Amino acid sequence: MKIAVQSEPFDLGAEASAFASGHRDMGAIVTFTGVVRDLARGDLDRMVIEHYPGMTLKALEKIANEARERWSLGDVLVIHRYGDLAPGEMIMMVATASPHRKDAFEAAEFLMDYLKSRAPFWKKEITSDGADWVAAKDEDEDALNRW
Amino acid sequence: MDVLYFAWVRERIGVPKEVVETQAKTVTDLVEELRGREERYAAAFADLSALRVAVDQELTEFDASLEGAREVAFFPPMTGG
Repeated sequence: MKIAVQSEPFDLGAEASAFASGHRDMGAIVTFTGVVRDLARGDLDRMVIEHYPGMTLKALEKIANEARERWSLGDVLVIHRYGDLAPGEMIMMVATASPHRKDAFEAAEFLMDYLKSRAPFWKKEITSDGADWVAAKDEDEDALNRW
Repeated sequence: MDVLYFAWVRERIGVPKEVVETQAKTVTDLVEELRGREERYAAAFADLSALRVAVDQELTEFDASLEGAREVAFFPPMTGG
């Protein structure tokens, strides 16, 4: 299991490829990548991601371990960045390896839902007009209830 | 104990971290103490439903005990992913 919190970019291809190799019994690998999007008004200059250094790794490990308890997973990968990111840059990725496709997909969705509202990251959008903290949505919290 | 603030809570209070001498028994008691200090604290803690709290780096509730706690952090709902 690899959990990383870092400011520097990651190589999606290299990470996915390293994660997918070396198993003989994992029939399904799912990867998800989150990207900075300029959806609000088309004038997003950058996104600043703040985190709680002492807590972040522990929170991510807890979420990943819970996924491993609930689904049949051979391996889990979580990489999440912090700091300044430009539109189009990759923020984070998760990957799951399982003997079965259903477990790999469901566990990846579970990881994403929990990363959104239970991992101590906060996003701020910097536009030409100023800066605004991204507000959590009610549906993000609701998404946890389905698990 | 160490009290940490993140995101807009940090901006509103003006510091990321401070050492607070307190006898507060619960997080709510600590919040009441801080609110009474200065207007910037009262503003930051005006609506607790807009805040989350972690004690010793574990997410918890506002009625949580502070017995033996070394670090309390206040922040808005998280927006990771």
